Amino acid sequence: MVIPNFKYDLSESTSRKDIYKALAEIMDPEIPTISITDLGIVHDVKIVDKFSVEITLIPTFAGCPALKFLEDLVRDKIGMLGFRNVEVKTTFDEQWNTNMITEKGLEGLKKHGLAPPEKHDGLIQIDILEKIKCPHCGSVNTALKSPFGPTLCRSIHYCNDCLNAFEQFKPV
Amino acid sequence: MNYSKQQLAAIKNLLYKIADDQLIIGHRNSEWTGLGPILEEDIAFSSIAQDKIGQSFHVYEILHSLGENDPDTTAFIRKANEYKCCHLVEFPIGEYDFSLVRNFLFNHAEAQRFDMLSGSSFEPLGKLAKKYRGEIKYHTMHSDTWIRQLSQATEESKIRMQRALDDTFNLALGIFEESPEFTTLVEMKVFDGENALRDKWLDVIIPKIESAGLTLPQKNSWKPAYGGRSGKHTEHLLPLINEMSEVFKIDPKAQW
Repeated sequence: MVIPNFKYDLSESTSRKDIYKALAEIMDPEIPTISITDLGIVHDVKIVDKFSVEITLIPTFAGCPALKFLEDLVRDKIGMLGFRNVEVKTTFDEQWNTNMITEKGLEGLKKHGLAPPEKHDGLIQIDILEKIKCPHCGSVNTALKSPFGPTLCRSIHYCNDCLNAFEQFKPV
Repeated sequence: MNYSKQQLAAIKNLLYKIADDQLIIGHRNSEWTGLGPILEEDIAFSSIAQDKIGQSFHVYEILHSLGENDPDTTAFIRKANEYKCCHLVEFPIGEYDFSLVRNFLFNHAEAQRFDMLSGSSFEPLGKLAKKYRGEIKYHTMHSDTWIRQLSQATEESKIRMQRALDDTFNLALGIFEESPEFTTLVEMKVFDGENALRDKWLDVIIPKIESAGLTLPQKNSWKPAYGGRSGKHTEHLLPLINEMSEVFKIDPKAQW
């Protein structure tokens, strides 16, 4: 069981619940089957007053080009709830890793045809990138082709059984 | 934490060295986009470029929070002698063997640097270092794989890899040019210094070089290419900066 890294107490207030619900509807711009809350990048939600809220995100990769775009999405979405001032910040206080993706998030990755990342203890070795389960046929008779793929968060693999190339959301 | 003027200058200098190395090697790596020998390598070099330039951005952001210019201005508008990058990162991409061996030597230095910095008393950098360690793991994984494979493939590839190592090694030693104020950083427990970093780096790369069947240049031939950290650069840096900043300079106030 993965413990989601939401720091908000859902019973605290309706507004907080609404914000959480709205954030859970924002999908990753590069993988539209996983929400940003399931991805684990919402670090903190702070309601300042009736009109103002501060939302802090943690980047998946330092060079992720989707980050600025995501900040705008969050600002628009939460603004629609009636908050006039929505401040979206990015922090490295907490370092994102793929263990922070929720079970629902892992399912979302599969729906997009991506092999989900293996759980790890912080030390990524090349062998955990080998023998990744093929998302098409389920075989583990697969090989890592390249640790880099079409986006920073993906690696490229090949299935020796169904002879398809596939991508993994790579563990970091 | 309150820093003295001297302490702050030492921290800023360290941040400039780190970010400028990342920005310049990131730009060099991006020059393989569209030219990689195979598609996967094209993608790998482009991804590594994206990582490194993205990483430099957040280091420039820390500098901005310490009173320096904003990241774009810092990256694009400085004079060449204001950059603190080492000579290794400045050289043109050359042949593929050169770029690979350069990345191998640089990536391992960076991996060790961020490992050391993850315990830094200067928290903003310590936090970034923890994050970057995980990302750089993929960069070292990439260069390790190719060094091993190409050093043991054909006669030509072996000769090329050895020659690339011979050509880049003194440049790589230039990464570890100590700054005069490094004792301040050590005292403050911000960073243990370039000499300590070089020793850790050698411990990592020597076994990898040997197991690939390559020969490390003799110690009496080691002549570190110093100068970059004090703004004395090779003739390759200025054309690179001009090209990199060409679009930005057309309209520095444009909103992207």
